[in-house]
Amino acid sequence: MSAGDAMHPGLNLGQTDAETHARAGHDLFGFWIFLMSDAVLFALLFATYGVMLRGTAGGPGPADVYKLLTAFVETVVLLTSSFTFGMASISLKHARGIAPITAWLGVTLALGLAFLAMEYNDLATMVGDGAVPARSGFLSSFHALISLHGLHVLAGCLWIVVMLVQLCVFGRDGRVKINMLRLGLFWHFLDIVWVAIFSVVFLQGLAR
Amino acid sequence: MNRAARSLTTLVALAPLGGCAALKLGVMNAAGPVAQAQWDLYTTVAIVLIFVGGPVLVLVPIIAWHYRRANTESAFRPDWNFAWPLELLIWIPPTAIVVGLGIVLWQSAHRLDPYRAIALSRSPVIVQAVALDWKWLFIYPDAHIATINRLPVPAGHPVRIELTSGTVMQSLLVPQLAGQVYAMAGMRTQLNFAASRPGVYRGENTQYNGEGFARQKFDVVALPPADYQRWVRRMQHQARPFDAAAYAALFERATIPAPVMYSAVPDGLFGRIVDRSRLPAAQAQR
Amino acid sequence: MTGAALLGRLGWQSLAFVRAWQDPSLNTLIAAGAAALVVIGAVAVVALITLRGQWRRLWREWFTSLDHKKIGIMYVALSFVMLARALAEAVLMRLQQATAINAPGVVDAEHFAQLFSTHGTIMIFFMAMPFLTGLINYVLPLQIGARDVSFPLLNAISLWLTAAAAGLMMASLVVGRFSTGGWSGYPPFTETGFSPGVGPDYWIWAVTLGSIGSTLTGLNFATTIYKKRCTGMTVMRMPLFVWTSLCTSILMIFSMPALTVATALLALDRYLGFHFFTNALGGNMMNYANLFWLFGHPEVYVLILPAFGIYSEVVSTFSTKELYGYASLAIATIAIAVLSFTVWVHHFFTMGQSANINAVFGIATMAIGVPTGVKIYNWIWTMFRGEVRFTVPLLYALAFMMTFVLGGLTGIILAFPPLDYLVHNTLFLVAHFHNMLIPGLLYGLLAGYHYWFPKAFGFRLDERWGRVSFACWVVGFYLAFMPLYVLGAAGMARRSSEVLEPAFRPWLLVAGAGALVLAAALAALFVQLWVSVRHRRANVVPAGDPWDGRALEWSVSAPPPEYNFAVLPHVAGRDPFHDAKRKGTAYAEPVRYAPIEMPRNSAVGPILGALGGWAAFALVWQIWWLAAATVIGMIATVIARSFVRDVERTIPAETVARIERDWHETLARSAPTTRDFETTAINRGLAQVLA
Repeated sequence: MSAGDAMHPGLNLGQTDAETHARAGHDLFGFWIFLMSDAVLFALLFATYGVMLRGTAGGPGPADVYKLLTAFVETVVLLTSSFTFGMASISLKHARGIAPITAWLGVTLALGLAFLAMEYNDLATMVGDGAVPARSGFLSSFHALISLHGLHVLAGCLWIVVMLVQLCVFGRDGRVKINMLRLGLFWHFLDIVWVAIFSVVFLQGLAR
Repeated sequence: MNRAARSLTTLVALAPLGGCAALKLGVMNAAGPVAQAQWDLYTTVAIVLIFVGGPVLVLVPIIAWHYRRANTESAFRPDWNFAWPLELLIWIPPTAIVVGLGIVLWQSAHRLDPYRAIALSRSPVIVQAVALDWKWLFIYPDAHIATINRLPVPAGHPVRIELTSGTVMQSLLVPQLAGQVYAMAGMRTQLNFAASRPGVYRGENTQYNGEGFARQKFDVVALPPADYQRWVRRMQHQARPFDAAAYAALFERATIPAPVMYSAVPDGLFGRIVDRSRLPAAQAQR
Repeated sequence: MTGAALLGRLGWQSLAFVRAWQDPSLNTLIAAGAAALVVIGAVAVVALITLRGQWRRLWREWFTSLDHKKIGIMYVALSFVMLARALAEAVLMRLQQATAINAPGVVDAEHFAQLFSTHGTIMIFFMAMPFLTGLINYVLPLQIGARDVSFPLLNAISLWLTAAAAGLMMASLVVGRFSTGGWSGYPPFTETGFSPGVGPDYWIWAVTLGSIGSTLTGLNFATTIYKKRCTGMTVMRMPLFVWTSLCTSILMIFSMPALTVATALLALDRYLGFHFFTNALGGNMMNYANLFWLFGHPEVYVLILPAFGIYSEVVSTFSTKELYGYASLAIATIAIAVLSFTVWVHHFFTMGQSANINAVFGIATMAIGVPTGVKIYNWIWTMFRGEVRFTVPLLYALAFMMTFVLGGLTGIILAFPPLDYLVHNTLFLVAHFHNMLIPGLLYGLLAGYHYWFPKAFGFRLDERWGRVSFACWVVGFYLAFMPLYVLGAAGMARRSSEVLEPAFRPWLLVAGAGALVLAAALAALFVQLWVSVRHRRANVVPAGDPWDGRALEWSVSAPPPEYNFAVLPHVAGRDPFHDAKRKGTAYAEPVRYAPIEMPRNSAVGPILGALGGWAAFALVWQIWWLAAATVIGMIATVIARSFVRDVERTIPAETVARIERDWHETLARSAPTTRDFETTAINRGLAQVLA
């Protein structure tokens, strides 16, 4: 195996040895597996949501509580944040200094926080209207699924903050790069989950 | 010490004798067409399984002993690791057996589906069973009577039990008559069976549901049809009427010392209990 | 600040001692005695370590270690402690049923329910899981020619989360009461309406902590196997134990989340009034049954597959012969792993679904029997034309094959829905799964323990006590569980604290006697350890190959150096060390030694474990400030760790050279042993090789 074979395509690790590249592939592989297991978590919550959909117990149903417009705006915000994270990844590989990376990361963070704020607003409105999770099995499963995704986004935002600090402290050392790649996988994964939530929960809920 | 050992030996030796008494309480002593069919299936499967497990039970000790290190007569081929004939022998026959058993399984699962009505010429008796803590309520909707912890049925008639729970999930089993089905709050399940001869058969809840669980037993009393009719009429006239107090008492978490009978059971009691479970706790109290 | 804000639901009444003081009865005294045992045991251990001045050493060399070997040993030690507790509970339950035949027995109904709940929970999550995780941890990197697992720190974190969860189980003996809902924790019984106390919360958080640890472990092992195999070790050259570890890891990754979801949703119901599994307001407990068994059935194979791997190693080594049908064993392992996700409904055939569904899942269940049966025959053909040595591990393997097949047969009976209706929830079921798990898991792990102990500690376990213990495990098993088949067929419900049928008495007495024999088996195992440690000088095997082993773990000293391999091996076949010994290339000294990088020790594992344990305790007792503080502490620890850059340390080439030369001198001094003397003091760990 030559050093070229072992080069991780997502990384520009500079003139480093093959072992470091192998290590990078290795660490990312582990993170992929983690994401698979996380995906199972979401899949089961989706299944639970499907089971509970009819358990409205006389309370509000999907059509009563979902607001397509805000959900659509949230989708756009989150998808845009995935794009800006992609730009951060590209500047991680090609740009000279860390300024472009931190800038794109900052935009991503802002979009993530905006998404969280809108989602919080949505949930608060629902709670204000009496659509609390304790009202019915359907609302329980809806709130659990949305909140789990929200918690993931929150964790992602915290992670972005940590990476911004690390970029300032360490510059682009090997560990920072690997963690940036992991964070990227995580962030795009959240996007994919949200796309599923938007289509399975919101679109289908309103189409019913 | 020695005496203890001897009494233990005696006990072990006598165990099969006492054991026969135990087995009389189970499906081996089937008293109805469902349990009988289940027992027949049981024996059929067990016979097939002798051929499944037998070779292993025979081969393991023989091969291990024959090829023991001390036996210098036996062949020793440390690099031998594969043979197609053996390979086919260990994959194909077991697969064939599973295919065969699978066909038996498919048919029996449908034939002995607990939802399937028993094909007997006589009219079925409908009973609604409610799992409670820690007792069983049996409602006879047609006769407007109800019992707690006692289930009289006419021998030779099909019995259809509809089940629900007024509390946590439970499971109703009468080993000599039929298998079990869960009773769940807010839901209805069903169990069909028949007793072919008069007698008293033990019924129980098998799903743990709290402190009184071990005492949540009842008797299924199969009566000759004429006796059964007499019993129904007697209950309709003599048993105490089912009133609000009786309804409230159902949901107390307690065992009861002896069976209780009620008359004048209102229509739709079962449905009312099914619906009750779906309400939040505060409303269900009312 | 009020008391409730400070201590949540915690009060004097929570202590088992106080309850026994206020209401002294046999029942509360037993509870207080168990609690006292936990407290005295903990105090004694702490005192002993303090008196001997070993804290610093323990912390430096063990608790903060990221060495997979030490982590593995700590896992196994944890599992032995938990095995002792859960087995004691089993004996108490058997005694209760044997005496409470129309009589009060020794414990009350509520206490009995706690016993069966903790027994099951501990045996699965805190005995079996740590035991197999420990063995895989120890052996896997050695077998694939690696210096450690992929993520050593994550490995330590998994260990300490598991240990914290086990600690929570122990705490439940002293403070409060455990769940009475069994190891599966079925709602709505475990909802607040029916179980308002802390019991189910103990269960939820102990299991959740443990399952997070297991998910991370699975991830770690899978990555290790995919990425860290040494040069030349293709997938089809991996030892069978590595194959089964891989399948187990994959099962962990995909099945553990289902458990996490089930317990988390139950926690939402209990803490925040959600309606996932409640009776009221659209809750649906059937969803819980599906989620739990979506985890629960693959879990069975998580437990059993590593044991299958161990049997493959043991049977081949002690038959002096290559494993028969390597490919078919590997295929069978994969088939079992895949099929294990398709059978979960057989745990609730009686839930009222249609006959079609039951029949499909019943047939899928029987289908698993085919690859399992194939495996058994593969081991039989491995002994065929071999030279079988009846050492303790091989005895376990034989007992397993004979006993497991009986459990498989009753499993096929249970796979028939109409037959399951009769014996579901009865002692027949209890007998069946013990009949699978005791030979299929415990015997396997004990075989592995005897097999690899000399590798880990450098001396063999006492053979005589090993045989005594083995005999007790086997006799005890048959006595304790065969009667339960009869009782189950007679319709005796499981989990009964009282028995109303005198006809059951003889069988219950025999089963009770069997439980005592099983307790003797564990005692013999501890005696064996004690005797072996005392006589360790007579039984040392420093050369590292006491059994004429075949895979790479035997090619290094016993115990192995912390870096495992001075030079990472290259392999060209399935039994690399066996082949090397025959070719005379084993024990070759390299021309020169290179420095080796190993991970530095880290306190992150124990810190996260301690914080996680306290967080769980705080959640159980609803001490919100503590829960918040510990969770924030955990997040802060992880972030702080990400700023640490100095995580590796280098072992200089001279040190490696010195360690390796010492070992080669030992090798040169050792006389090769023939297999006739392998269980005697002559065995110094150098196998005599016959060409």
